[in-house]
Amino acid sequence: MSDRSRAMTRRRPQRHLPLQVLLGFLVVYFLVPFWWVIVNSSKDAPGLFGGGNTLWFADQIDYLGNLGQLFSYDNGIYGRWILNSTLYAVAGGVGATILAVMAGYGFAKYRFAARRFSFALVLGALMVPATALVIPTFMMFSAFGLTNTVWAVILPSLLNPFGVYLMHIYARDAVPDEILDAARADGAGEVRTFLQVAFPLMRPAVVTVLLLSAVASWNNYFLPLAMLSDNRLFPVTVGLGVWQGIASGNNAGSTSLWSLIIMGALVSVIPLVIAFFTLQRHWRGGLSVGGLR
Amino acid sequence: MTLLIENSAPRTQEKTPRIRGKVRLREHLMGWLFVGPFGIVFLALLIAPLAYALYLSLFQKKLIGGTSFVFLDNYAKAFTDPSFLSGSWFVIRFSLVSIPLQIIVALAMALILDGVTSLFTRFSRLMIFLPYAIPTVIGAVMWGFLYSKSFGPLTDIFGMFGATPPDFLSGNLIFYGLVNVVTWQWAGYYMIILYAALQGIDPALYEAARMDGAGKWQIALRIKIPLIVPALLLILVFSLIGTLQFFNEPQILRFLAAGTISSDFTPNMYAYQQAFALANFNYGSAISFALGGIVFVGVYAFLFITRKRRSFL
Repeated sequence: MSDRSRAMTRRRPQRHLPLQVLLGFLVVYFLVPFWWVIVNSSKDAPGLFGGGNTLWFADQIDYLGNLGQLFSYDNGIYGRWILNSTLYAVAGGVGATILAVMAGYGFAKYRFAARRFSFALVLGALMVPATALVIPTFMMFSAFGLTNTVWAVILPSLLNPFGVYLMHIYARDAVPDEILDAARADGAGEVRTFLQVAFPLMRPAVVTVLLLSAVASWNNYFLPLAMLSDNRLFPVTVGLGVWQGIASGNNAGSTSLWSLIIMGALVSVIPLVIAFFTLQRHWRGGLSVGGLR
Repeated sequence: MTLLIENSAPRTQEKTPRIRGKVRLREHLMGWLFVGPFGIVFLALLIAPLAYALYLSLFQKKLIGGTSFVFLDNYAKAFTDPSFLSGSWFVIRFSLVSIPLQIIVALAMALILDGVTSLFTRFSRLMIFLPYAIPTVIGAVMWGFLYSKSFGPLTDIFGMFGATPPDFLSGNLIFYGLVNVVTWQWAGYYMIILYAALQGIDPALYEAARMDGAGKWQIALRIKIPLIVPALLLILVFSLIGTLQFFNEPQILRFLAAGTISSDFTPNMYAYQQAFALANFNYGSAISFALGGIVFVGVYAFLFITRKRRSFL
């Protein structure tokens, strides 16, 4: 596309007030749950259940008190859950990304035996529902004594066929064969060519795949729910789900647990929101890489 | 080694067959070296579990007589099991309502954001995309609060007009309660994909259309939407795969909506219950595998029908 014509359409001031108002309503809709959690995590149990305005602050604003309770409840189990989630997201994300980058590069740049067939398998795997694998994986892991360990969550997170697909497209389009051949002619081995020539060219897509797989691990619920029984290994998603089950189970006796859940939901979201805002360029970059051309 | 590579840059014609053979072997080896690690994970954590699920699903465990080979009995049981059938019917109905809704909302937002450029639209784009960063479980927890009678705002808001608030956790409305949670969670993500596709269109096309007298609506309907059909189809495939496996949101809201969401609400919840609550792994595997089969066939059929209109896969 020509940059000049794009700049021209950009420069024209466009107001469209009705559309902007409509957009305003949509923004409110998408932000309401966040607002509710921010407001209500400031309240103590009487403030929560006292029948005051649920979308505004109560007289008592006690973030620090609720935070202290959240991190001290049950010997600080919540802090452990956050750390577990971090471990699963980092280990699963980095591992899956390394595998996906290597495989995507391999598929794009080498003509090896059974390449077409293997790549067709990877594409087919995109359509396999991840949850269909949970029950048999659990059975296999329990045979090896791996259930209820961190490996039960990390190992299945390493499988990211979509990452391979993304990296394949990106390596094919962004890494010219000529540069690789030139590096080889200069005496670089295959591994060095990959690490020092191809990898820097693939970096934008690598960051995207890393983000997508780390977020997928952080958000995972079904897999750890099935694999883990020791609550000290839970990620924060499973932990909060368990708390919610307990709090809903005994209505009267659990008012204090509710305020912990609300605060817990807020705290669990903060790292993601920060990552989201600081890295938004990479998120969006990757989505347009996603083979949509 | 260097010499060999130098001599053997691919696509050069003057090579002796002997060296080419060596080079080919080297390329095979290097290719497999790069793909191998992923290949091992792929075999161990995708192919093996699938094969194992298929194997498990062909057996039945009885109190008397232990485990016995029953061939397709579990599948015959699943496809006549009211729990599995009603769950499947629910996710199909849910897909038919929620996917078009999400895509229409996402498309409308993407067209607005593509057509109107201001500081506010840039801010909106970010805010609308934000729920994608939230785990589905936490999203369901947050909407559970908003739906709740004891501390949700619905009682207040409807109370102002003297009306009774709708209970999105009741049997009649839980369907729409879940549609809302899913739309909130995913519409922003789909919007970003569509927006990226719209931004990739050459603006010269709009200029040409304007010359021919096309208005904004006509440009949107006749140029923009047709050109992003591949992106729309991609979203459709993703959302179909995701929705048929529906699990997290109903599983979380289940606690709040006691009695409304049963443990066999969706096929995935039913498989989970069979395997982990009742330790009936054989039947659970059969349900998982049957569901996986439905998803695979559905998506494959969809890809086949649309093969001329998409550029991916």
